[in-house]
Amino acid sequence: MKKMKLVMVGNGMAGVRTIEELLKISPELYDVTVFGAEPHPNYNRILLSPVLAGEQTLDEIVLNSWEWYEQNGIRLHAGKKVVEIDRVRRVVRADDGTEEPYDRLLLCTGSNPFILPVPGKELGGVIAYRDIADTNTMIETAAKYKKAVVIGGGLLGLEAANGLMKRGMDVTVVHVMPWLMERQLDDVAGKLLQKSLEERGLKFMIGAHTQELVGGDDGRVKSVKFKDGTVVDADLVVMAVGIRPNTELAEKARLHCNRGIVVSDTMQTVTDARIYSVGECAAHRGIAYGLVAPLFEQAKVAANHLAQFGIGRYTGSLTSTKLKVTGIDLFSAGEFMGGEGTEQIVMSDPFGGVYKKLVIKDDKLVGACLYGDTVDGSWYFKLLREGRTIADLRDKLMFGESNLGDAGHQGQNKAAAMADADEVCGCNGVNKGSICKAIKEKGLFTLDEVRKHTKASASCGSCTGLVEQIIMFTAGGDYSATPKKKAMCGCTDHSHQEVRDAIRANKLVTIAGTMAFMEWRTPNGCATCRPAINYYLISTWPKEARDDPQSRYINERSHANIQKDGTYSVIPRMWGGETTAAELRRIADVVDKYKIPTVKVTGGQRIDLLGVKKEDLQDVWKDIGMPCGHAYAKALRTVKTCVGSEWCRFGTQDSTQMGKDLEKALWRMYAPHKVKLAVSGCPRNCAESGIKDVGVIGVDSGWELYVAGNGGIKTEAGQFFCKVKTREEVLEYSGAFLQLYREEGWYLERTVHYVNRVGLDYVKKKVLDDHEGRKALWERLQFALDGEPDPWFEHDKAQVDTRQFTKLQAEGQEA
Amino acid sequence: MKMNDWKVICRVEDIPVLGSRRVARPRGMDVAVFRNDQDQVFALLDRCPHKGGPLSQGIVFGTSVACPLHNWTIGLDDGCAKAPDEGCTQRFSCRVEGGHVLLDPVELATLALDVQPPRAGPCGE
Repeated sequence: MKKMKLVMVGNGMAGVRTIEELLKISPELYDVTVFGAEPHPNYNRILLSPVLAGEQTLDEIVLNSWEWYEQNGIRLHAGKKVVEIDRVRRVVRADDGTEEPYDRLLLCTGSNPFILPVPGKELGGVIAYRDIADTNTMIETAAKYKKAVVIGGGLLGLEAANGLMKRGMDVTVVHVMPWLMERQLDDVAGKLLQKSLEERGLKFMIGAHTQELVGGDDGRVKSVKFKDGTVVDADLVVMAVGIRPNTELAEKARLHCNRGIVVSDTMQTVTDARIYSVGECAAHRGIAYGLVAPLFEQAKVAANHLAQFGIGRYTGSLTSTKLKVTGIDLFSAGEFMGGEGTEQIVMSDPFGGVYKKLVIKDDKLVGACLYGDTVDGSWYFKLLREGRTIADLRDKLMFGESNLGDAGHQGQNKAAAMADADEVCGCNGVNKGSICKAIKEKGLFTLDEVRKHTKASASCGSCTGLVEQIIMFTAGGDYSATPKKKAMCGCTDHSHQEVRDAIRANKLVTIAGTMAFMEWRTPNGCATCRPAINYYLISTWPKEARDDPQSRYINERSHANIQKDGTYSVIPRMWGGETTAAELRRIADVVDKYKIPTVKVTGGQRIDLLGVKKEDLQDVWKDIGMPCGHAYAKALRTVKTCVGSEWCRFGTQDSTQMGKDLEKALWRMYAPHKVKLAVSGCPRNCAESGIKDVGVIGVDSGWELYVAGNGGIKTEAGQFFCKVKTREEVLEYSGAFLQLYREEGWYLERTVHYVNRVGLDYVKKKVLDDHEGRKALWERLQFALDGEPDPWFEHDKAQVDTRQFTKLQAEGQEA
Repeated sequence: MKMNDWKVICRVEDIPVLGSRRVARPRGMDVAVFRNDQDQVFALLDRCPHKGGPLSQGIVFGTSVACPLHNWTIGLDDGCAKAPDEGCTQRFSCRVEGGHVLLDPVELATLALDVQPPRAGPCGE
């Protein structure tokens, strides 16, 4: 079959990304032709500022080399500007007469700088700041001349001014509005920014109206004249007062334009379905985006439809802003100015150069403006996107996620100040240098891409803020994302919540049935979605949905914990952390008999046997003769206890017995993630109940319950839940809370994250206020756990495939 | 190579659907045989190119397996890591005849004999 012809007008970042996405999913469908008005291959326009500032070179910001076009069979007309689209004949024509016919047309004409209509705007030395040519002009001018005026104190203007200053010019920034970057910053942050830039040597004229650019005899600009009569000398005037979507060509072709080329959610123009538009020139639901992440999302959707898959929709993005002036950290998002019905939390330290403002409306974060310390920008942005209630963390909100509990990245919060050898991601041992290198060499833009390539922040995620800062400095990328919903994995567009809901609403009981119902794109999922679906099925339909061992991680398939060399660790259950001489003797004998190299006492008050060969697992379990400890599973691990009132002179309650009772009631309980409990016999809290999923503290008059604590990546103190009197109540309230988490938590979401997501008030309403509901939850948990097998002893019932423990022999048939 | 030169290892149904079995060799590391949901069978050295994880213990999906240690995805047909990860593990010829899984004894006796298993524990490092 003859290939269809795809012509792209505009050789910029959004357009080329669309082609890249298209080549990824459907490389053979089109003959691709690209027209670019600039005589360059696709380069990273955001990084023009570092080039101007002398921090990077032009070569370094090229994203797709000439060879890339060649290797992918793309015909590139660089330096040719398309001047006409003939929609009837389906042909485009360039200014040099080149014609190309198309079946599909992709318009990525970007935007044009807005030039103030003042006398003298056509003089020599008056330029905009938009492309490589402008940048080169500025660099050349800075070498010959001294005085520059930048008109416009927005993002682009300040970056231009900073660059020119670094190149040795004397720069004055003229800004008509009352403070800098008024569309991204409030007045306080704007003035802090001005102060900091003044300290670096920039001059400002705030509130000044430009009246005229005055030229010299040589036809070159000489000075700028203002309405109040002031005159400032200038050898160079840079206009950076804004950009306009470039719709000239589209309008000429009679495509509907309204502050951009109007497109639908599929990125097709509303006028002509053969014509697509992405990038700064496209107006989607009334917005023309200028940041990378939304444009790349558009690119993905456009590519999907061009490839005739027909399943992507672009539904708009929330955006955030950062300034690329090295050494200045600022961040803003949402309704940072506040307004009617909003409240503000403000922290201001003008001497320390730190200012933070959070805008809250109806218990939700709706805006943020940060100056000086932006490491929590991504966290605020996430809260803003998710639109979740912040009532429960309101008092901690200002101090940021890193101060809710802090570990894993040495408290670093300024990526720019870090050396290349400094470690960013402690989990995966990734330093700053290797992240920068990967970003540059592989052309990465988004957090997801950096995670995939470098693994930085891909494990515990506590360094996410740092990684995002590094992306910002290195690639100029931003990290806006589509609001709220995140797909479970690459196999589907559905979120965890949607899958959970569908399983419940439609009584789905098998993985295959769920995937078919929800139109999975892959035949049998992947290692991310299968374990999640399997958990959702068995937790939603206990005793009905059948567990699928092949969809569980190896630990839950072999019922032991895999180690780095492929051996396993075995941790038998010791109720409440108590053991006996007989048990210890059996353990000692097993260690000798199977030559187990390491025996270690765990943090959960049990004994870990490390380095057990898989072939020995069944015998080890049998010889030890103790119940399975589930130390490997997304399930109840242990109930840690202190000695309690039986022995301890301070003990007020029998915490050990309470712990044993809890453990016996809850063991074999699978959950979205691991679950750890503790019971302390007095407020001295020797069992560390404050950092457990459910922590119980005995007091003289009863028991206090704390929930959603975590001693892991981020230490999170448990939140006080309720106080009860009796042992039965401890069981019922703890069980009901855990059942709610089991029914509603997303796979791999710890209780702390679940409670943060839904809010403690909601959990209290369900478990504390609704007595019937609590009893029902507790009953459902008991029903689910009733008769569940011990996988170490009831292999059949637990569906343990015992064939896995035996090796086949290359020497012949299995013995 | 003639059919009778191949070694019968097991029957297809001895391998779980979307699962695998380990095959011990007299010398060298184990070979993992995988079965997908189309009853295709594949054989790879049981060692992830990343940090040596036992691929036989991973989750099988499509024609890939996810390594149990760090979740690299390895193609069952070519033994190579999916982008952006890089690296390949030794693949072994494998065929199914009359419901039997067959491996090539010459390959079993000669391929990847020097590859060392990952080590752990006090004697390791």
